[in-house]
Amino acid sequence: MIAQLTRNERQLVVVIMLVLAACGLALAGAGQGDPLGAHGFLIMLAAIGGLFWAISGYFAPMPAADRSDSYYDEPSKAGILIAMVWAAIGMFVGVWVAWLLAYPDSTLDAGWASFGRLRPVHTTSVIFGFGGNGLIATSFYVMQRTSRVRMPDQLSPLFVLFGYNLFCVLAVTGYLMGITQSKEYAEPEWYADIWLVIVWVTYLVLYLRTLARRKEPHIYVANWYYLAFIVVVAMLHVVNGLAVPVSWGSAKSYSLFSGVQDAMTQWWYGHNAVAFFLTAGFLGMMYYYLPKRAGRPLYSYRLSIVGFWGITFFYMWAGSHHLHYTALPQWVQTLGMTFSLMLLVPSWAAATNALLTLNGAWHKVRDDATLRFMMVAAVFYGLTTFEGSFLAIRAVNSLSHYTDWTVGHVHAGALGWVAMITFGSIYASVPWLWKREGMYSSRLVEVHFWLALAGTVIYVLAMWNSGIIQGLMWRTYNANGTLAYSFVDSLIAMHPYYIARAIGGLFFLLGALVGCYNIWMTIRAVPQPGSEPAGDVPVPALGGE
Amino acid sequence: MFGLHYWLERKSIGFTLAIIGVASIGGLFEIAPLFTIHQTVEEAPDMRVYTPLELAGRNIYVREGCYACHSQMIRTLRDEVERYGPYSLAVESKYDHPMLWGSKRTGPDLARVGGKYSDEWHVAHMSNPRAVVPESIMPSYARLLANDLRIDDLPRHLRTMRTVGVPYADDMIANAANDAIGQAAPDDPRSEGVTKRYGEATTVRAFDGVPGRLTEMDAMVAYLQILGRLTDAAHKTVASTDAPAGGKSP
Repeated sequence: MIAQLTRNERQLVVVIMLVLAACGLALAGAGQGDPLGAHGFLIMLAAIGGLFWAISGYFAPMPAADRSDSYYDEPSKAGILIAMVWAAIGMFVGVWVAWLLAYPDSTLDAGWASFGRLRPVHTTSVIFGFGGNGLIATSFYVMQRTSRVRMPDQLSPLFVLFGYNLFCVLAVTGYLMGITQSKEYAEPEWYADIWLVIVWVTYLVLYLRTLARRKEPHIYVANWYYLAFIVVVAMLHVVNGLAVPVSWGSAKSYSLFSGVQDAMTQWWYGHNAVAFFLTAGFLGMMYYYLPKRAGRPLYSYRLSIVGFWGITFFYMWAGSHHLHYTALPQWVQTLGMTFSLMLLVPSWAAATNALLTLNGAWHKVRDDATLRFMMVAAVFYGLTTFEGSFLAIRAVNSLSHYTDWTVGHVHAGALGWVAMITFGSIYASVPWLWKREGMYSSRLVEVHFWLALAGTVIYVLAMWNSGIIQGLMWRTYNANGTLAYSFVDSLIAMHPYYIARAIGGLFFLLGALVGCYNIWMTIRAVPQPGSEPAGDVPVPALGGE
Repeated sequence: MFGLHYWLERKSIGFTLAIIGVASIGGLFEIAPLFTIHQTVEEAPDMRVYTPLELAGRNIYVREGCYACHSQMIRTLRDEVERYGPYSLAVESKYDHPMLWGSKRTGPDLARVGGKYSDEWHVAHMSNPRAVVPESIMPSYARLLANDLRIDDLPRHLRTMRTVGVPYADDMIANAANDAIGQAAPDDPRSEGVTKRYGEATTVRAFDGVPGRLTEMDAMVAYLQILGRLTDAAHKTVASTDAPAGGKSP
């Protein structure tokens, strides 16, 4: 990988690693006796590792002068492999914490192994580890192809990818040590947050620089979504992360906001992390890989426009539906509910656009599990966004909120939509990236597909049942006009569903492991000469460039 | 409209700025007014700040991820009020940086758990939840009883809280470590400073049942026992709205 960097870029890697090691040393020194110190050492170790990597390849031959005639795919390859590793870790921890809810003693007797600390390890590993790396890897692939130009340099994509993963590692190891801001889906502390801002700005600049060099007059719709993902996640992250650290030597910080303002900011972030991380980014993926794999043009340009701007505008109002009947002023709740209902229009525009693109290619959906992953993802996207609008209605929310129904809804989206579209896109990209004729085994893709679908359906059905039962039991009155059930009564009623949920999750994990094996075997296979897709090269640079 | 878009989608910077503009509107309309509209947070003149020991307990609550399973927000629904107590007011989490309203009740709501159980119950329950509630699925937190509470950095914690807007006085910050010891040691002379600074109603007890040693369990139980009791505002609101409706029987 280092061999593809120019002399200047190799020097820059050395400088970056030295600066990063110095920052790590400073944190380690300032954070003695605090968990921050451990993270300082971790950062320093990562930087020293990077330094050795840079030095080991420093004198390798220079990259080819005609490299702008090919796409730069090393970061995408690395990103896909890292995404699969995070998938295995995150889903394993997910299954573990699911069993803990059914059998609470099935864990180690250590602070890090308790449910409260493992749960954010699960959410961060799957959302940011698996999902985030999948997005970064595919966005590099897509932006080059749709712009028909190579990325402007070799270093910044690597910085984005590995910098982002350093953030993920800091986040996950932090939770195990008890470092958390407690803001859901934004748990990492101030120093990790600052690091992510640096990485993210580099990502945006890289994207814009690539677009600026594009050889296509129009920016393709997939890039609109990737851009919205990058830009809006930056806005959300900065505002929600505003906090004052206790000291430079302490991992702990106190949020700038408190109480009701903090709650609104948190769910403005939380819901739009769903919107712009888990929806916009993956719609970008869908808008490229689904038509490409189906061999069909996108159904409607106008639906794309309506869907894109509708999602960008409406979603930002919807966060307050997480706070129905709370101490949040009612006018904000009502606005959130209203916009959540309107959100159904652009959401279904996007889902419809995807499904109608498959017209004329349905026989491929039948035969090709990769395309079927994408099709089912679009269906789950439509179902989940419908359910989301439904749950945002105040009266429905009075029953569903605080229950497992929300968990079921989230997993319908996360497993059915996000993970399925990612697996579909990865199965499509791996042979393209590694220049293979196809995956090692299409039967194993088939196996993965059915494990994933079965796991999702079991999971979601279990959580619908438990959530609705829970909600009903909490509000049931007996003939005397008093509450019929104690909280513990509802807990006992959940037990069978918690077991079913863990089994559903296990299916999904097994599918992902099958995927890891299949991808590994595909890479190990000997490349077929001439299996390179025709025309998968940038538009040649014109003279003088 | 589509013609305009045909033009816009060829401008990468223009497109990015358009995204920023369109995505900013919702937050500006919904969040910004919460800081300026006076009625958003009620008045509660009797409300006090967390003592250093309670704040340390709150930080342990955050550290262990308790908020993932326990909400601290009672909604304005009849069954919630009957199960947990008066519905939560915005003012009650005024000093919560960050708020811990939560989003999931794998366990019950804790907004008004303060005073509901004895200290001994909490210590026994956290040490081994299933010894107290056989059906419980809560993890055991016995190690809180074994861990000494870190107090040397408490003044800095209080000062940071003041930076973000919590009215801690200078002597509260200066005496934070002693106040933490004093609140869990009723026979210690340092306990007098706690009631002097945080009010006579402040609970001073050996929360973990072991006087003479300040553990994380002390802090945790002190925090749980103050939940819902920093102010009486919620009880007063319910009383005053109930009064005129008293004549109408259901």
